[in-house]
Amino acid sequence: MLTLLLILLPIVAGVITLVVGANSAKQVALIGALAELGLALFVWSQFDPAAGVQFAFKYNWLASAGISFGAGLDGISLLLVLLTAFLTPLIILSTFGHTYKNGSAFYSLILFMSAALVGVFAATDAFVFYLFFEAALIPIYFLAAVWGGENRLKITFKFFIYTMFGSLFMLVALIYLYYQTPGTHTSDITAFYQLQLSAKSQGFVFWAFFVAFAIKMPLFPFHTWQPDTYTESPTPATMLLSGIMLKMGVYGLIRLLLPIVPLGLQTYGMLAVILSVIGIIYGSIIAIQQRDMKRLIAYSSFAHVGLMAAGVFAASTNGLQGAIIQMLAHGINVVGLFFVIDIILERTKTRNLDQLGGITQMAPQLSVYFMILLLGSVALPLTNGFVGEFLLLSSVFAFNGWLGAIAGLTIILGSVYMLRLFQMSMFGSRSKWVEGFQDLTFSEKAVLLPLVIMVFWIGIYPNTFLTISEPAVSHLLQLVAK
Amino acid sequence: MYPIVLLSVLGIVTLFLGFSKSKNILLPAVLLFLAIALATNFFEWNKGPLLYFYDMFRVDNLTLAFNGIVLASAFMIVAISGGFQDNAEAEPAEYYALMLFSLVGAIMMIGFEHMIMLFIGVEILSIAMYVLTGSNKRNLRSNEAALKYFLMGAFASGIMLFGITLLYGATGSFDLNAIQAYVSTTQQAVPSYLLYAGLLLLMIGMLFKVSAAPFHFWTPDVYEGAPTIFTTFMSTIVKTAGFAALYRLLSHSFTGVYDFWWIVVAVIAILTLMVGNIGATTQNSFKRMMAYSGISHAGYLLIALTALSKPTQNAIVFYSVAYSLSTIVAFGVLMLVSKEKTLDGQPDERYDAFNGLAKQNPFLAFVMTVAMLSLAGIPLTAGFWGKFFVFSSAADRGIIWVPAIAVLMSTVGIYYYFRVIIASYLKEGDLGEIRVAPFYKIVLILATVLTILFGLAPGLLEGLI
Repeated sequence: MLTLLLILLPIVAGVITLVVGANSAKQVALIGALAELGLALFVWSQFDPAAGVQFAFKYNWLASAGISFGAGLDGISLLLVLLTAFLTPLIILSTFGHTYKNGSAFYSLILFMSAALVGVFAATDAFVFYLFFEAALIPIYFLAAVWGGENRLKITFKFFIYTMFGSLFMLVALIYLYYQTPGTHTSDITAFYQLQLSAKSQGFVFWAFFVAFAIKMPLFPFHTWQPDTYTESPTPATMLLSGIMLKMGVYGLIRLLLPIVPLGLQTYGMLAVILSVIGIIYGSIIAIQQRDMKRLIAYSSFAHVGLMAAGVFAASTNGLQGAIIQMLAHGINVVGLFFVIDIILERTKTRNLDQLGGITQMAPQLSVYFMILLLGSVALPLTNGFVGEFLLLSSVFAFNGWLGAIAGLTIILGSVYMLRLFQMSMFGSRSKWVEGFQDLTFSEKAVLLPLVIMVFWIGIYPNTFLTISEPAVSHLLQLVAK
Repeated sequence: MYPIVLLSVLGIVTLFLGFSKSKNILLPAVLLFLAIALATNFFEWNKGPLLYFYDMFRVDNLTLAFNGIVLASAFMIVAISGGFQDNAEAEPAEYYALMLFSLVGAIMMIGFEHMIMLFIGVEILSIAMYVLTGSNKRNLRSNEAALKYFLMGAFASGIMLFGITLLYGATGSFDLNAIQAYVSTTQQAVPSYLLYAGLLLLMIGMLFKVSAAPFHFWTPDVYEGAPTIFTTFMSTIVKTAGFAALYRLLSHSFTGVYDFWWIVVAVIAILTLMVGNIGATTQNSFKRMMAYSGISHAGYLLIALTALSKPTQNAIVFYSVAYSLSTIVAFGVLMLVSKEKTLDGQPDERYDAFNGLAKQNPFLAFVMTVAMLSLAGIPLTAGFWGKFFVFSSAADRGIIWVPAIAVLMSTVGIYYYFRVIIASYLKEGDLGEIRVAPFYKIVLILATVLTILFGLAPGLLEGLI
């Protein structure tokens, strides 16, 4: 029941936001998102990591077809639900400096998006998973297409069709799996885990899932929609896309691909890891050459998600735990970084690194926050990025030494582009664009402070979160080894 | 059975109502007639199967369900026709009478148990449609469309009749049960090629009516040329009736030779999907796009027919409902918009006509968006479940390659359906104020609410029969 409440609360809040009108939409949306966070924290306090799927809810949706609206939380789901609930209020708060036209529609779309994301992470029925996976696309499409930048029409159109294309393959795979279940058929995900498919059909299902999730994350070579979409979307939409929506893809790999088609993974896992590692290097190298700050972070996000995917495909405890903790860390860092860029853009009217410089002198507080988030992103020890990257790299190394070594370059390349970003924007001589730069306002600090606290929390004591997902991960790996 | 008798009589009554001085009673009267027909239709629910007219017409729950779809669609279409008040040359009484008569034809096609009944049904439906297509008599396009439709339709009827004749030659009967008995016994022992040829020709005739490729060439021109209200009628009622007839024919009599015809239908389904979806991408006219989209939806329905598995019946019913609801909304909004905007004296039916619709009339933009999302098969709309059941029926039979191609094609579909959404929400335009009559609004709201309701709770409709 609590899980259902977690999904419904943002929807209700979204509808209320839509009704109250543009003037108080912001505040209402924030209250709704905070209520969701409170609920999520309460669920966390009631959660027992060792007990498997909890707070399960099941409603017979299509009784004759064995499809039910099933939702519940295990450790992995809970962490991602917590991430969504934590980031949504911050994303809403980050817009307090702006006025968006049609504000009520804008904020209600953010809340609908967050409901769909919680739905994806909590689904225990494959079709419910698919439904939310697709439903998340509609609010984000409108957020990007209505409030986006200059070229938004073309770019968001490409984004929509690209991701829709991928998930339709997943639908075919799900329908196929559904008809393989014994008896009157069921679409319960745990029933899919029990299927004994032939190696050949596992190969097909593997690729159907792979394409769907690889487009969503995105992995090389399915990433071409991503930099443009991230750059052209309004910043809150970019935060949703990179902070949370990207995790849908990684989560899908963990929840569906690994346990359902272990034989497919055995056959094609190597290829998948190689593609992921190519993405890491490719994304990093392009990021180094970017002048547009938003684009740079977009490519860095592409590189990071490659490492997460490589860890997942390596299918070891370290790999999965690393991917999960890295999902949290990356969500926190990337939202913070996009917010910092948004602050700079709003004050200087430019995102071009060549035109920036010397902001430190004007805004010391901003640069401290920026530095901490950035170090988290380059995986400095004691920051959140370190834990995840360390676990991920060790798992890739155990999978294949050469690939591990290549993937390890991410740490070096990451520091290159991130530190370059910081140096060109913050240090150096003050350009004419940064004259009169104001330091952080109260509401901006209110966004950045929780993020920075989380950077250190996960960095110094990751066990808070690792222990939540550990039993679920080992259960999952038993299924993979089966 | 009641609707056939009622509608035949009430159609004639409608003609006489045309003589009455007051033009305003016509529309409410026809709506009342349709409501009565719709209500009486369900008197026989769960009573069946019943046979009427010397065992030529069969009433079972499937017949009643399809009748329900057809009559409810007709009710909505008549409600948005607005009595043809704004056209001085229109003959509303004749149009309504023809619509009621064509419904009789549609119902005969849905419940036929005998080949003659099928043929009469097809003819009654088609001849009324030929006339209605050309009803805008001063318009060149409308005339061209009527002539084209008539000539092609006449050929198709001929081919169909030829097929029925060959089937009679092979089996010695027009009765579906007798044909079924023949197919499952004698045909298994000594295959008769006459039967195969007859079945193919009969199917070609039927596939023409539902505009499957390669028998679709008339569709874009006829849909575009006909007055939009009759295009709506054609694309919902004719298609639903056509598929009901095809389903009954194949599922009732020809399961014994499934191995022979399934590949034919599968290939036609794929071809139809490709022609429909790819053709639609190149259009600038929304109305023409809807014609191609209608072709592509025939393709999806053919997939369900190809499989002819347990979920097929449900898939066809559900899909027809979802498709009819969205199509009525789409054409309904188009009529309002194109009445407001003209291009060279003609109604503007291009995508560009929708520019800025969301700003001018958010309600219309919203219902249009839901309709397009449903046609594109996006989750939480009825259209999604329609596609889902169609793909399921193929998967149940173990045919995976057909839905795999269909999935690719539905991605293409998103491209052209979204062009309307983009035009109405994201482009600037100079649309004037659009007045929506209350009745019109109720129909649009009803169709949209049902689309979302069936999207959220497909169980309401699924497994009803």
